[in-house]
Parts: sequence; C-alpha cells; structure tokens
Amino acid sequence: MAKTYFTEDHEWLSVEGGVATIGITDYAQEQLGDLVFVELPESGKKLAKGDTAVVVESVKAASDVYAPVDGEVTETNEALASDPALVNSAATGDGWLWKMSLSDESQLSGLMDEAAYKSHIG
Amino acid sequence: MTGDIKHLPLEDLHKAAGAKFGAFAGWSMPLTYPAGVMKEHLHTREHTGLFDISHMKLFEIGGADAAALLNRACPLDAGALTLSQSKYTLLLNEQAGIIDDLIVTRLGEKRFMVVANAGNAAVDEAHLQALAKGLDVRVDPLDRVFLAIQGPEAWAALSRAGVETGSLTFMHGVEPHENWFLTRSGYTGEDGFEIGLPEADARELLARLFDDERVQWIGLAARDSLRLEAGLCLHGQDITPDTNPVDAGLMWAIPKEIRASGNFIGAGALQEAISRGAARKRVGLKPDGRQPVRAGTPLFDDNGNAAGTVTSGGFGPSAGYPVAMGYVSAPLAASGTKLFADVRGAKIPVDIHPLPFTPHRYRKG
Repeated sequence: MAKTYFTEDHEWLSVEGGVATIGITDYAQEQLGDLVFVELPESGKKLAKGDTAVVVESVKAASDVYAPVDGEVTETNEALASDPALVNSAATGDGWLWKMSLSDESQLSGLMDEAAYKSHIG
Repeated sequence: MTGDIKHLPLEDLHKAAGAKFGAFAGWSMPLTYPAGVMKEHLHTREHTGLFDISHMKLFEIGGADAAALLNRACPLDAGALTLSQSKYTLLLNEQAGIIDDLIVTRLGEKRFMVVANAGNAAVDEAHLQALAKGLDVRVDPLDRVFLAIQGPEAWAALSRAGVETGSLTFMHGVEPHENWFLTRSGYTGEDGFEIGLPEADARELLARLFDDERVQWIGLAARDSLRLEAGLCLHGQDITPDTNPVDAGLMWAIPKEIRASGNFIGAGALQEAISRGAARKRVGLKPDGRQPVRAGTPLFDDNGNAAGTVTSGGFGPSAGYPVAMGYVSAPLAASGTKLFADVRGAKIPVDIHPLPFTPHRYRKG
C-alpha cells in the first residue's frame, strides 16, 4: 500500500517498496498556470534533497521542481513530452513527473501528510 | 518611485472574476483568470478579449505649441497628422535611445492624446513637462479607466453594448462622449479598440459588455503572449533607453523627411546610427521543439561564438510552438539563419523567423 507525503514546496510523493513517484500538487499547478514544457531528468541521475530535478515551463515562466529527498531517478513520465498539460489536468495522477529509488527512507519522516499539507496551503 | 504598489480602479471586478494578481510596472495587475492563459489567448484571437490597461497613462497635450512639443520630443511631424489620426512613435533621448514608445492621436487643431507605458509614465511626464517650459502648451495626465477590447468580434460586442465604431479604421481615435477617448488600435495583432473613460462610465459599459458571452476578461500573461506572437515590442525588454530605432527595426515609425530634417531630441545620434547601419538587429526567433527560450538567454552561432540575446520569449498558443524575439549581430539576422540558445546548459537550435508569428488582422478600412 503506497503512502503519500507532501512537501512545503508543493510536491507530492507516493512511496511504495522504496520507490517514490513524485509530482506537483494541484495547488502548485494552479499557481503555475498552463504548462507548455517539462524538462525531465535522465534515468540513473542521482539527486540530493534540494537539487533541481525537473523544470516546468508555463507560457510565461520556468520554475524548478526540487528533489524532496535523496535518491536515484528510475523513470520519468514520457507522456509529458507530447502533453505537458497533463500536469494541469491530472497533477496527482497521470501528470506525475518522475520516480526515484530512495537512499534514506528516514528523510520521509520530515514530510507532511495530506492533512498537514492542506493546513499548510490554508 | 515610491514602494507603494498601485491598484486598478476596477480591482473589485477582477477579484470577482477570480483573477490571479501579480506586480507589473508598480501595479497589482490581473495576470490570469480561471480560464488560464492558453484559453484567454485563443479566445482573444477567435472572439473578443477585454483587458484592463488602466496602468497605462493617457496624457492630453494642448495649446498653440502642442505640435511643436511633440515634434521636439519625438521623431514626428505632429502637424501632418490629420484629425483623429494616430501614430506609433518614440520618445528619444540625446543618444536616440528609446525612453518609451507611444501612440499619439490628433484630437483637434491644437490638441493631441498620448498613450504611454505604465512603467515609464512618471519619466515621460517629467520629460514632457521639462520640454514644455517656455512653450504655450499644457501636458495633462488624465485620470481614466483604460480598457482594450480586442479580437474579431470586438466591434460587434461594442456595438451591442451601445458603442458604435463603424467608420473608425485602424490607428484612428475619437472622443465619442465627454472624457472618452476611443481608438481602433491595440497590442494583440487583432482588430480592436482601446477606450479611456471615467470610472463610472466604465462600470456601466462593462456591465453591458459582460452580458455578451463573446467577451471575457484577459490577463496580462495572455496580453504578453499575444503581443509577442504579433511581433510587437515590450518597452523595458525589447526596446530600452539603450536601444536605438535602427537596431530595433522601428524606422518605419519615423517619416523619411523627419529623419533628415527633424529637430527632435536625438536627431544627430539617429542620423549617425542610420549612416553607420545596424550593428545588431531585432529579429523573431523560433526555437526547435517545445521548450520555450526566455528573455536573457544568450544566443550563439554554430561555431559557438556569441551571436546575441533573447529579449522576450515564451510559448505562442496560436502559433502552437515557442516564440521569442531578440537581438542578433546584423550579419546573422537573415530569416532562416540557424543559431543556438543556451538554456541551462542545453543547446537549443533556434531559427531566425520573420515577425509577426501570427498575421496581423487590423481593420485598415
């Protein structure tokens, strides 16, 4: 059973078997507006917490998405190459960004659950 | 400049419409509405978009020396404008750098309306007031709501709302009611109008306009993507006090006889720039693929030599691909030339592309 975590930077992580699927929250996609391009990392790339993992580009601006924990990229959402707007229409589903194997699962304890995130965005 | 952010007189209407606000040129401006920038942009090209541009400044220039003031401030023959004719022109400094770009409209024998950019309004006013000293002319900043209504159905929506625009053609302006200023112009590449009017009149007009489903509020984000597709300059990005009209490709705005004989500020520097020729040129840029190339991105030729810089860049919802504008060294400015943009270390191929990206659809009569 996957467990979902949230970050203060408006990302979600769905963790199962030591692998996290990561995306941005619905709140975040709404703030960014219509996305036209998503720059994804290479599989195998090692990311430390706080590294820029993905760049999401709206009509107007580019925004960084940071690695919420340490790990190694195992897969990216190829569907976003032809349809970046999936992040807008299904931020927490088909609009996921990348998957990574976690180096240190204890880092998850510093993240928020859904109730805490909801109160974070007010 | 004070640190205070200015608020639009109609801010309550934008809030009620669900706008997201952001700071631009010292103003809190609606950036997008719930439809989002893509739909807002496309709606404007297909139907009618309504923009609150009250951050922009209207100046009325009146008096026996009104034309003389404008001819000194701008490379313009203001006296040659026919009644109701508008002209895109430039406020130049002594180096022929562009202080601001303006639309000047002749309202009467000795009266003109000037529309200035929000971010330059204070500088423009001080500049014009200084030049007005000793002349028989007044420069009056007007307190107006200023709306742009743009798109192929703009005229029909205005007509339904009781504003007839029938015989008005592109780049002409009139005063249909007391303290109203109506021009057939805009900054989207579409047919459309800009209307300056008192706040109470604006609220009444808007109530009638929003009775019409063809009309939607459009935010500043789509205003930017529309003007970029239309190849129109944003002052502060594509033109600045450090760019001259030769490099900027704006010589079409300066009548030939004025270039040689005008006594406008910067005339000497402009003549030198003309005889020297453009060292760099403003061009359209079309990146390969879907990744936008943003303002400030450096450009290189295929040998890796510096070639120029992007000054505006984003995605063109009507074009369907990323669009950009920038300056490149003159020998590289021919359409079809291939350059590279350095985006976060990746080399994105970029073609020099003719401007505009989407054809203008002005109603020239």
